[in-house]
Amino acid sequence: MWNFPLFPDQASTIAKHVDALYFFALGIAGFFTAMICVLILAFAARYRRKSTADRLNPPTASRTLEIIWIGGPMLLMLTMFTWAAILFYKMYDPPVDALEVYVVGKQWMWHAQHSEGRAEINELHVPLGRPIRLTMTSQDVIHSFFIPAFRVKQDVLPGRYTTMWFEPAKIGRYHLFCAEYCGTNHSAMGGWVYVMEPVEFQQWLSQAGTGASMAEQGERLFVQYHCAGCHRGSQTVHAPRLEGVYGRPVPVQQGTEVRFTLADYRYIRDSILRPKSEVVAGYEPVMPSFEGQITEPDLLKIIAYIKSIGAKEATQ
Amino acid sequence: MSAMAVEFKEDYLQAYRLKSWLLTTDHKRIGLLYMATITFFFFVGGAAATIMRLELMTPKGDVLPSPDAYNRLFTMHGVVMIFFFLIPSIPAVLGNFLIPLMIGARDLAFPILNLLSWYVLMIGGSIAIGILIFGGVDTGWTFYTPFSTMFSNTMVVPAATAVFIAGFSSILTGLNFIVTVHTMRAPGMTWFRLPLFVWALYATSLIQVLGTPVLAIAVALVAVERLLHVGIFDPALGGDPILFQHLFWFYSHPAVYIMLLPSMGVVAEIVPCFSRRPIFGYKLIAFSSVAIAVLGFLVWGHHMFVSGQSMYAGMIFSFLSFMVAIPSAIKVFNWTATMYKGSVRLDTPMLYALGFIGLFTMGGLTGLMLASVAIDVHVHDTYFVVAHFHYIMVGGAVMGYLGGIHFWWPKMSGRMYSELLGKLSALTVFIGFNLTFFPQFVLGYLGMPRRYYEYPAEFQVLNVMSTAGASILAVGYVLPLAYLLFSLRRPPDAGPNPWRASGLEWQTDSPPPVHNFEEIPIVTRGPYQYSPEGAEAIDGNGDDASR
Ligand code: HEC
Ligand SMILES: [Cu+2]
Ligand SMILES: [Cu+2]
Repeated sequence: MWNFPLFPDQASTIAKHVDALYFFALGIAGFFTAMICVLILAFAARYRRKSTADRLNPPTASRTLEIIWIGGPMLLMLTMFTWAAILFYKMYDPPVDALEVYVVGKQWMWHAQHSEGRAEINELHVPLGRPIRLTMTSQDVIHSFFIPAFRVKQDVLPGRYTTMWFEPAKIGRYHLFCAEYCGTNHSAMGGWVYVMEPVEFQQWLSQAGTGASMAEQGERLFVQYHCAGCHRGSQTVHAPRLEGVYGRPVPVQQGTEVRFTLADYRYIRDSILRPKSEVVAGYEPVMPSFEGQITEPDLLKIIAYIKSIGAKEATQ
Repeated sequence: MSAMAVEFKEDYLQAYRLKSWLLTTDHKRIGLLYMATITFFFFVGGAAATIMRLELMTPKGDVLPSPDAYNRLFTMHGVVMIFFFLIPSIPAVLGNFLIPLMIGARDLAFPILNLLSWYVLMIGGSIAIGILIFGGVDTGWTFYTPFSTMFSNTMVVPAATAVFIAGFSSILTGLNFIVTVHTMRAPGMTWFRLPLFVWALYATSLIQVLGTPVLAIAVALVAVERLLHVGIFDPALGGDPILFQHLFWFYSHPAVYIMLLPSMGVVAEIVPCFSRRPIFGYKLIAFSSVAIAVLGFLVWGHHMFVSGQSMYAGMIFSFLSFMVAIPSAIKVFNWTATMYKGSVRLDTPMLYALGFIGLFTMGGLTGLMLASVAIDVHVHDTYFVVAHFHYIMVGGAVMGYLGGIHFWWPKMSGRMYSELLGKLSALTVFIGFNLTFFPQFVLGYLGMPRRYYEYPAEFQVLNVMSTAGASILAVGYVLPLAYLLFSLRRPPDAGPNPWRASGLEWQTDSPPPVHNFEEIPIVTRGPYQYSPEGAEAIDGNGDDASR
């Protein structure tokens, strides 16, 4: 019973940096709390009504003092702010070689999908020492993906993709929570994150599952939903080829003007669900909306497929 | 002429018929109506909290039948405590009672509007109680979309209505105070002779008038989307869920200052009186109230660091949140400095005020941790945040409210209460409070998310500590209710000025006559005419008067 933790594991590379800042802030908080309490107690004792302490010439205001107690805290706060902001920037900016994992939250479970194809529910397996980047969305309400041992958290919203990244630094099993209240079983919406040796992780990836990668599964869906009928060169419909489109600026017709938009996750998602909202310049708005027909995990697979077909295949 | 004089002698409590209360336009009586109302809501919200703490004694859900029951409880706890207790607490009770007395006026600028405000709150409050009886809401007091608009199948629209209506009570009260302070000050009562309590309430009123309409819009839009399926917040209908968070926090962050500023005002009255020293740095405190009110409107985004708002927005909101801490720090230092070379007595109001300073300091400093974006990513939506805002809103606002009640009770009722029990209650509240909420900081950094019906077993010990503290806290809150009511059994014995305080409100009888002052006072000096010399002599008198 008395064996309970008072401090969380430091299982990611960022954890010790966040903790360092936390201890700095804790130090400041402790110092000022102690200072105020000591002063109050000391004044209450020394100047208690019955005491004969010297009470001559008490100040009723002091410019110098006030400048000190505005300036001092101001400096400390600027330090905290800058330190925290720099760290925050790091937490936002994923390294380019990060491993991609896709997460879909729904009442009340987490669905995670690795690019290699393996999917899991309420669990997340990751290799030690590799930066991992999560691209996340929700099928219903707002959730929040929270791994305390990694010191990372990000809200997961319906209708858009949010991302976060971390680099596991310690083998083990850690809590995964939903941190944003999402209805009845909010407190049960969680599970475990497993940090494994890279070799074991590779084995784990290839076990079970369909064997097909996310992009391959996406290609099947691409055919199944008849995207291919229009987008792989059609006699009857004039539709753009999708090879190499990912990550490029796309000309979009806006009234009489043409504007360029980056073809990222959001853009491709919107192209599928709300094709009329951004029509590629030079094409008719004939693409049907797939809103409500494709689940979030399947959408991610289709996007993974579109992402995977580079310019090379376009020339074939 | 003589008949008038006789009538004048009558204090404001004299008429007992129910109708004379329900149709009163006397600010003092309306203050008491509010007091009864919010005391009721405080204990309703407190009961919800008690059941929650019992549930959280064990990791598994066992006290309550279902997670839904728990979700409804914490929602009701939040809605009731915030909209029906904290927001009206000091402004509507003490503000109503004291502002006219403090500025030397016979009433507020709009007495009938004042009564109307109370009725409006009662309507909102009745709906809230109705919801509680007929099923409840499970959205959290924050009503986050699209859960509240499209997914929850509880009484969201009635809850939104209750909040919407209660908001108008707050707006009207704020408006009334602003106009009163501008137009009703006694001759000679210049702005810098106003008690700091009045400055604090003036700043609070600004927030109430400017902020509350935005809340009203936000909850109204929730109702519109829920009832008519117009796409505003739900992406499935083409809306934006983050928009709701912006609207909601644009009000709800400043709302924290609606709860806190008045308490700061109370402390600024109590500390000088019991230190027999003029307040240190009057102008700086007065201006920092206004600064808090203004800056408070610019920091709402610190509730949304991980919501998906842009990284740079996060940094700007972080910076501004640090800035808003400065006027608060000034106040803490100035109150403390007021005790220096004073002649200090630790009577009940002073104990509450000092408790406030300590707890508010801790709440504020943990707030700085939350303003540090990188730390907030980890502790956002955990018990760390729960602990932090309870330090501000219970350790701060409620301590201040109780301090104020104990300070002005002799004025309001004409009676003294048992000083021994008073001190005991202040101590019990302080200890119980810390035991309840300090462990929650640890829990939060460990990663326990808030609004959890069940939790991992390793968090149990800290939760049990918290529940134990809550039971002590409950005793601390019931105690004053008992002895204050009990004091009413005796005839008025407090005398006009038991604390030998120097504010205008102490120059009239206790309880004050219907029209407050026999003659409108002419003000020739500031509010804090204290000096430590000869305090002991006064002391003797004070004791005589109170016994
Ligand atoms: C009826 C034919 C048709 C079908 C079926 C169709 N599309 Fe399209 N699609 C188009 C046309 C025409 C455009 C260009 C006009 C526009 O942007 O709406 C387009 C545009 C796009 C774009 C934007 C391309 C760019 O260059 O920016 C993407 C991505 C896309 N479609 C993906 C899909 C996917 C995925 C599916 C299957 C789920 C699909 N489409 C089904 C006709 C179709
Ligand atoms: Cu959740
Ligand atoms: Cu805030």
